Amino acid sequence: MKDMILKNARVIDPARGIDSVGDIAISNGVIVETSQVRDAEVIDLTGKIVSPGFIDVHVHLRQPGNTAAETVATGTMAAAAGGFTSIVAMPNTTPAADNAGAIELLKRTALEQGVVRVLACGNMTKGGKGEEMAGIGSLKAAGVVALSDDGKCIQDHALMRHVVEYAKSFDLPILDHCEEKTLAAGGVMHEGKWSVLLGINGISSASEELMVARNIILARQIDWKIHMQHISAAESVELLRRARKAGIKVTGEATPHHITLTDQCIKKFDTNYKMNPPLRSEADRLAVIEGLADGTLTAIATDHAPHTQTAKMVEFDHAPFGIIGLETAFPLCFTELVTKGVLTIPQLIEKFTTGPADILGMKDYSLAPGNAADIAVIDPEAKWTIDKNEFYSKARNTPFDGFEVQGRVIMTVVGGKVVFRR
Amino acid sequence: MQWTRKDLLSIYDLSAEEITCILDTAEKFKEVSERRVKKVPALRGMTVVNFFVEPSTRTRVSFELAEQRLSADVVNMQAQASSLLKGETLLDTVKNIEALQVDLVVMRHSAPGAQNFIAKHLNCGVVNAGDGAHEHPTQALLDLFTIREKKGGFKGLNVTILGDILHSRVARSNIWGLLKLGANVTLAGPSTLVPREFEEIGCRVCHNLKDAVKDADVVNLLRIQHERQTVGFFPSTGEYSSWFGIKGATMDLMKKDVLIMHPGPINRDVELASEVADGSNSVILEQVTNGLAVRMAVLFLIAGVQK
Repeated sequence: MKDMILKNARVIDPARGIDSVGDIAISNGVIVETSQVRDAEVIDLTGKIVSPGFIDVHVHLRQPGNTAAETVATGTMAAAAGGFTSIVAMPNTTPAADNAGAIELLKRTALEQGVVRVLACGNMTKGGKGEEMAGIGSLKAAGVVALSDDGKCIQDHALMRHVVEYAKSFDLPILDHCEEKTLAAGGVMHEGKWSVLLGINGISSASEELMVARNIILARQIDWKIHMQHISAAESVELLRRARKAGIKVTGEATPHHITLTDQCIKKFDTNYKMNPPLRSEADRLAVIEGLADGTLTAIATDHAPHTQTAKMVEFDHAPFGIIGLETAFPLCFTELVTKGVLTIPQLIEKFTTGPADILGMKDYSLAPGNAADIAVIDPEAKWTIDKNEFYSKARNTPFDGFEVQGRVIMTVVGGKVVFRR
Repeated sequence: MQWTRKDLLSIYDLSAEEITCILDTAEKFKEVSERRVKKVPALRGMTVVNFFVEPSTRTRVSFELAEQRLSADVVNMQAQASSLLKGETLLDTVKNIEALQVDLVVMRHSAPGAQNFIAKHLNCGVVNAGDGAHEHPTQALLDLFTIREKKGGFKGLNVTILGDILHSRVARSNIWGLLKLGANVTLAGPSTLVPREFEEIGCRVCHNLKDAVKDADVVNLLRIQHERQTVGFFPSTGEYSSWFGIKGATMDLMKKDVLIMHPGPINRDVELASEVADGSNSVILEQVTNGLAVRMAVLFLIAGVQK
């Protein structure tokens, strides 16, 4: 690998509080002082931003089990195109990633076919069924960075308590999909004005709020880290805000779709607006944005959930939940949050880098010399139109096709290697 | 006005003018139904498929008769949503129907928006005969037709819809139609079945029977389904009946000329006592008769814009 200098870029490195024009030098896959490179390829990035590579703590790669929708190869390429250099793969594959063998297979597949770093996440319970604890110790030994039953939520509070306690002894954070089942039963969209008008079964916000509250109580009692995935309801944000003020080890993520879309979108019955948690009301959308603005929500995560066109081309009731997001996350958030003055560019970059790194307990996630050269290069001025047919993902289930956005990832470097360049 | 829609999917989509156009057309077809020879050649040579992915008797029979009286060729198809799910997708099924050179598909389905979904992908016309709890436009149109016939118009008319609003497609279609035509709409029943959110579109929501009916010009009752009781929306049909059922004594609280309506099938003595159902204020069977004329009108207008 040839040495490389990224020149004249606006370097934004939140962990070190850096936001200034400068150069980043790379040698042997590692960031070095500019004086240390030899015979380097020089890339002039005047007017562009260099940031640590993005981390997505919430991705579904669908391999094994549903490789018609996505694979490790296509999903990680989509990640690279979105500026992500590390992604956390959710364990709800088929079979589930609830054992060391499954984790080893994923890691090997990722090494052979992956474009970016794939961080493994193991199930909390066997098969993600919420009944019996998974082999958390052996998952740790196999290299998982976190535990989750994403897509489902452990309903048995005593079991959840034991999982969190046990995970603590292995230093593994919990990533939880907060959903109380009985209040969501049969629901396919947010319960509110639009579910009532459309006659569609709703998923109550209370379903999420209850489990966020449960998790806050357990995190306080056990003094361990519980991260709340895809926060969608206003009251969930408020619960988290108060808990974090009280010093409880809880964090939360927002998705690009929950800050850009609302339940009203469903009136056309397009299944690309169907995901779980559902798009909620305008008040909820604004509350999630407020949560990002005041630091209650420290990460943006995509919940990239690929499905085949066949699976989504059905009645709204019968379509699977989920949309893809890796290739649209940054521009959507840039457009919604930066161009509208909610966050500065460095603040937005925190939500994509140090925020998720902290959730995973990664130390010193920065562009400091000596660190792996995982880098995203952004053109903050690029105005463009999202075209789903240009996606690297195998899937096309996005509601954002045709959206006019600003801000674009133009280059992604993983371990010193340019894996994507526009 | 010139009718331009190739599908009838919901009342929500229609303008007041379009609704009135259907009602005016239905008046002419009602006159046809009163002749000795009840058949007209309006849809001769056209094929209509009644595709019911949910059981139905009265709506299907009403559509079928309407189609026959318009001289269309009629095919009935029944399926279960679950068996569709296991094998062929809904879209493939209707694409296959369309490939047989069908002109119109009349469809009922348990999933809200199923007809909106397939209409986007079909060239032939689609008429919604009920989609889950979303809409049942022809039922609302026949209710509106009956109200207009009896009361002369809608401006300032007080219409109360009483019962399980939450799960009712009939209620939703009626609400949109009545609001568009200028009626005052009250929704009544226990709060578990009458969501407050309807206030946001201009309905009055009421949980007291007396308040709900005392100024009403029309009371439209909805069927109370026993299965709702098992999932905890109310404790028993007996309790429902005692608080929200219309009985002979309730009639004393109401205007003398109030219209009592019901889309059927009636749960006698649950939401509606027999003495009222069969009494002089009841127009329940006239609704059924009008349903035929309204469906003929809808099919006639929709057929007119098919290529």
